[in-house]
Amino acid sequence: MSNEHSMRRVTAIRNGTVIDHIPSGQAMRVLEMLGIGGATAVPISLVMNVPSKKLGSKDIIKVEDRELTQSELDRLALVAPDAHVAIIRAYSVAEKLTINLGDEVVNVVRCTFSNCITTNLREPLNHRLKVVNRDPLQLRCHYCGRPQTLSELANNVL
Amino acid sequence: MAGLITMDDLTNQQILDILADAERLLPVARGEIYLPLLQGRILGNLFFEPSTRTRMSFETAMKRLGGDVVNLGDVKTSSVVKGETLYDTIQMVDGYTDIIAMRHPRQGAAQYAQDAARVPILNGGDGAGHHPTQTMLDLFTIKQAHGRLEGLTVVLAGDLRYGRTVHSLSHALTRFGCELIFASPDLLKMPEEIVSDLRLQGANVVETEDLYGSMANADVVYMTRIQKERFADEDEYTRCAGAYKLHARHLTEVKQDMIIMHPLPRVDEIDPSVDSTRHARYFEQAFNGVVARMALLCRLLGVTVPATIEGGAL
Repeated sequence: MSNEHSMRRVTAIRNGTVIDHIPSGQAMRVLEMLGIGGATAVPISLVMNVPSKKLGSKDIIKVEDRELTQSELDRLALVAPDAHVAIIRAYSVAEKLTINLGDEVVNVVRCTFSNCITTNLREPLNHRLKVVNRDPLQLRCHYCGRPQTLSELANNVL
Repeated sequence: MAGLITMDDLTNQQILDILADAERLLPVARGEIYLPLLQGRILGNLFFEPSTRTRMSFETAMKRLGGDVVNLGDVKTSSVVKGETLYDTIQMVDGYTDIIAMRHPRQGAAQYAQDAARVPILNGGDGAGHHPTQTMLDLFTIKQAHGRLEGLTVVLAGDLRYGRTVHSLSHALTRFGCELIFASPDLLKMPEEIVSDLRLQGANVVETEDLYGSMANADVVYMTRIQKERFADEDEYTRCAGAYKLHARHLTEVKQDMIIMHPLPRVDEIDPSVDSTRHARYFEQAFNGVVARMALLCRLLGVTVPATIEGGAL
C-alpha cells in the first residue's frame, strides 16, 4: 500500500476520463487536439514522463467531471493511437474505450502541403486525410493527394 | 455526376472507349461534319491560371458539338480578386452551367470543386497535381501513331518535377504496361512519391540525366518545357532551362516510327529543325486536344457518341 502511494502522483478522480499510455511528451498535444485548455472549467491533472513498463515512459491525463466521447477520442489517433481510455464513475472504471483510426481523419488536422487548396482556411469544406496504411501510419490529403509527414502534421492541428 | 479529376477516375476500358469515341469524332473536330450532340448544354470555363490550348480547345470542343460556353474571364477582374472562396465561386457557376472545366494554381482544387459541385468537373490542371484531359489527348496521339498503348517504351524528358502533364501521363502509361524512362536534370526529377507509386503499380521505371542516350529504343519521346513560373529563383531557372534541347541531328539513331510529343508551348527544348522530321507530332497533339475533350464532354454529360458518324456537312 505504501509503495502504491509513493508511486501515485495524482489522486484518483471521482468522475471523468483517464487517458493513460500516451507517448511520453505528447500530453499537451493531446489536450490541444481535444480542445481542452486553460479556459476549460473542469479540473485537469497531467502527468508527463512517468515510468512505464510498456512504453519506457509515458504521459497520463485525468479530466474530471467530463466523459469524453468516442468521436473526441478518435481525434487522438494521430498522436496517441495506443492510449488506454477509461471512463470513471464513482471512483470505478465504468467503461474502457479504445481509440479508432477510421479510413479518414476528418477536421482534426490540415494538409501539410503548402500549395494545397485547403491552406486557404476560409474554404469551408472539411479537411480530409485518407488513411492509406495503418502500420506504419501513412496519410494522404483527400484533395491534393500529397503524402503527409506525421511530425509536420502535429503543427497543423485544427 | 462524377467528373474527371485524376486518371484514376477512369478504368482502362473506359479510356479505350473514350479514345474510340474521339477517333469517330475527328471529322466533327475538323469542322467537316456538323454534329450538335451537346446542343443546349453549357460549359463553364474556370481558368484561374493562364491557359491557351486547354481553354481554347475546351471551348472549340463544346462549340463544335453545338454547345455553348461561359468564361470566368480574367481572374484579376472577377470576384476571386475580392476574396471569394473557390467554394462560393463553384456554387455560383454550378448553377449557371451543365459542366465545368477548371484550372487552378492550388493542388487539390479540382477535387475540392468536385466535392462542392453537383455538375461534373473536368480538371484542366491543379498546381503541380493532375491534368487528365491532357493525358487523354496524349494517349490518343500515341495510339494514333502506334495503333496501341500497351507495352511501349516512353521517354519523358525535361521538367518532371513540376510538370503536371507528365505526372498524369506516367500513371496512365503504367496501367498499359509501358516502360518509362525519366530523363531530367537532378533538380527536376520526378517526385519520389510518384516514382514509388508507379513502382508499386508494377512499372518498369528508369531514371537518368542522359536524354540523348535514352532515345534509341523509344517509341515516344515526350518533351516538356522547364516552366519559369514554377521557380522562385531566377538563377535556378536559368541553370536548368537549357539542359534539354532536342535537335534534328539527335534523331539519326532513333526508331523510324518514334514520335516526339510536347504539351506546348515550347521554348528552346525542341529546335525548329525537328518540325519537318517524320517524328514531330506536337502540332497534331495540340489539335487532338479538341477531339479528346469532345469525347470527354460527351461521356461526362451522358451523351452517347454515335457508332457511325457521317454526312451532315455545315
